[in-house]
Amino acid sequence: MNNINIKTSETDLPKTKFSGKTIILSHGAGGKAMHDLIEQIFVSTFNNSELSLLEDQARFDLTELTALGDRLAMTTDSYVVDPLFFPGGDIGKLAVTGTVNDLAVGGAKPLYLTCGMIIEEGFSIDELHRIVISMKKTADEAGVAIVTGDTKVVPRGFADKLFINTAGVGVIAKETQILSSRASVGDVVIINGYVGDHGAAIVDARGELALEVSVETDCQVLNHLIQEMLVCCPDIHCMRDATRGGLATVLNEFAQGSDVAITLEHSQIPIRDEVRGVCEVLGLDPLYLANEGKLVTVVKKEDAEALLAVMKKHPAGKNSAIIGHVEESPQGKVILETGFGGTRIIDMLVGEQLPRIC
Amino acid sequence: MKFVDEFRDKDKAKSLIKSIKAIAKNIAPRQTKPLQIMEFCGGHTHTIFRYGIEQMLPDNIEMVHGPGCPVCVLPMGRVDDCVALAERPEVIFTTFGDAMRVPGSKKSLLQAKADGADIRMTYSPMDALNLARKNPDKEVIFFGLGFETTMPSSAFTVLEAEREGITNFSLFCNHITTVPTIKAVLDSPDMKLDGFLAPGHVAMVIGERPFDFIAEDYDKPLVITGFEPLDILQSLWMVLKQIDENRSEVENQYTRIVQPNGNTPALAALTKVFEVREFFEWRGLGSIDHSGVRMKAEYAAFDAEKKFSVANIKIADPKSCQCGEVVKGVIKPWDCKIFGTKCTPETPMGALMVSSEGACAAYYNNGYDKKKSA
Repeated sequence: MNNINIKTSETDLPKTKFSGKTIILSHGAGGKAMHDLIEQIFVSTFNNSELSLLEDQARFDLTELTALGDRLAMTTDSYVVDPLFFPGGDIGKLAVTGTVNDLAVGGAKPLYLTCGMIIEEGFSIDELHRIVISMKKTADEAGVAIVTGDTKVVPRGFADKLFINTAGVGVIAKETQILSSRASVGDVVIINGYVGDHGAAIVDARGELALEVSVETDCQVLNHLIQEMLVCCPDIHCMRDATRGGLATVLNEFAQGSDVAITLEHSQIPIRDEVRGVCEVLGLDPLYLANEGKLVTVVKKEDAEALLAVMKKHPAGKNSAIIGHVEESPQGKVILETGFGGTRIIDMLVGEQLPRIC
Repeated sequence: MKFVDEFRDKDKAKSLIKSIKAIAKNIAPRQTKPLQIMEFCGGHTHTIFRYGIEQMLPDNIEMVHGPGCPVCVLPMGRVDDCVALAERPEVIFTTFGDAMRVPGSKKSLLQAKADGADIRMTYSPMDALNLARKNPDKEVIFFGLGFETTMPSSAFTVLEAEREGITNFSLFCNHITTVPTIKAVLDSPDMKLDGFLAPGHVAMVIGERPFDFIAEDYDKPLVITGFEPLDILQSLWMVLKQIDENRSEVENQYTRIVQPNGNTPALAALTKVFEVREFFEWRGLGSIDHSGVRMKAEYAAFDAEKKFSVANIKIADPKSCQCGEVVKGVIKPWDCKIFGTKCTPETPMGALMVSSEGACAAYYNNGYDKKKSA
């Protein structure tokens, strides 16, 4: 359920009048070409009543929303990944999971997404179609609808193939109070599985290294897992998804947001051997590698074991583990017990992670 | 993970630390100051910080983090030369990743890339040669950087380019040599070091013998050391044992990789392509005699310096910078006037703040300060 196969063969694509063609500037010019593209690629694929109305905005019934909670949550993210297709996922899957997860880690039930596309002139319409289908599959899996969108086409060289922006709206239930300032001394840190898979898969997919690894992205929606977590433990203190900047960055945000220290045990952090291998060869640190389906949460110690059991039963959390705990000092710092008997501070990265020379 | 986890075993570390503490205790009555052991190589510095080795050591042992981080010791003028080469319209400039952030007098290679220069990160000079094959209308330059460890791959790439008759590939040679640099550190009048962990991967190429002078002429114990945390601990124990037994010898801890005579084909390629420069400019250490190599005249066609008449810009280190004293163990990073204030990893003034292998960056990122150590 979590691995959508993105490598759909040519024949799997529904036939449209656009099959085999490329995007030209008129597909973004507002005329008939654009209308046809939107109708045949986007509306027919996303296929929901709100979008099919083709109004300039989507409209929501307030009574339905207020029945779910007392706060709206809203978020946006842009997706510019290169390459567009990578082991275990593609930019479309990423654009839906990323925004769904950003809503879900705040405790919101994600409901509606927007889809803005900036397409470079000359882009293959079949590839676009494949990406749109992947978005639809992922949205269905998450139980959200893509209800409004926008398409722009820019001249060759003004964008790299395809950029997607999605915004999302969800509702937070009354009793949920997830904040990065709520970590308190004695709390426990839990992660829902292996770290660094997405980052390693992208490095591999760029093909610059000719590495023989088979790591797939961990790209997956987390909202169903999180809903089950909230049933078991309504008082989750902190939760974020560990995307760019990895596990290390999220924990620093918690430590600084709550003025506490977080101590991590290296031996408890789930890291695949393949990912460790890539990192050893390239001089990278898996704690800073990107993830696209990993949440980090901080809960009371007495809630931890029951929550962990619930997480492990869910497909998106079967490798969950307790990886650390919250202490009083040094405030705002993340300390790693190296598993070798020493400790070191895990800071945020200054810039991007650059491979070491030797 | 096989061949990795065995060298990071916590229980073996515990027993090594126990032995190190026992020897250190034995030596203590004969000491007038803490024992200063220098790890020369940036790779060792990285391991020491990554595994928190310094905190595991007894108080009377101090690690001095030497000048062996090729990115750190790159002078500003050389970075300016790189930027000038990279900004030529016909050039694709290729480099190892962590050289991208080193500040020049005006900008780093990262900034030059943002300004439009075609700069690409590669993992090996062979990748650069590939780019040259694929882009015959472009001039591909590889920024050759590093000690004897990375020198053979540069040399082999030049030889391969010659064999294939590839004319649009050249090397901007900034390779540096280990032995003259250690000698310069030892000759410094404020030198107080008691022993060395020598760079294992340099020794893999050059062998054990070039280090003999340190034991013979300077009477300092030296152990050729691997890069896993247990390698470091075992080597430290070996150095301490020499000190305790009043010996000064070259010992090899990294026998699984280092042969006594080094790597003969690699050395042959080096000698074929490179020759020693009279002197080379280092960031933080000034000019050191014979500490760099250049390409021999017969490879001028592959020498970016000759092909593009590089300006060889000289820019003095900032006056407030005390990297040289830190590298020699005369002061600790936090004793430097600008550590953590004017000089931080975001805006490095000095060499040692530039790369994660630099001592100052490592101290800064790990939150080490005077208070903690006192």
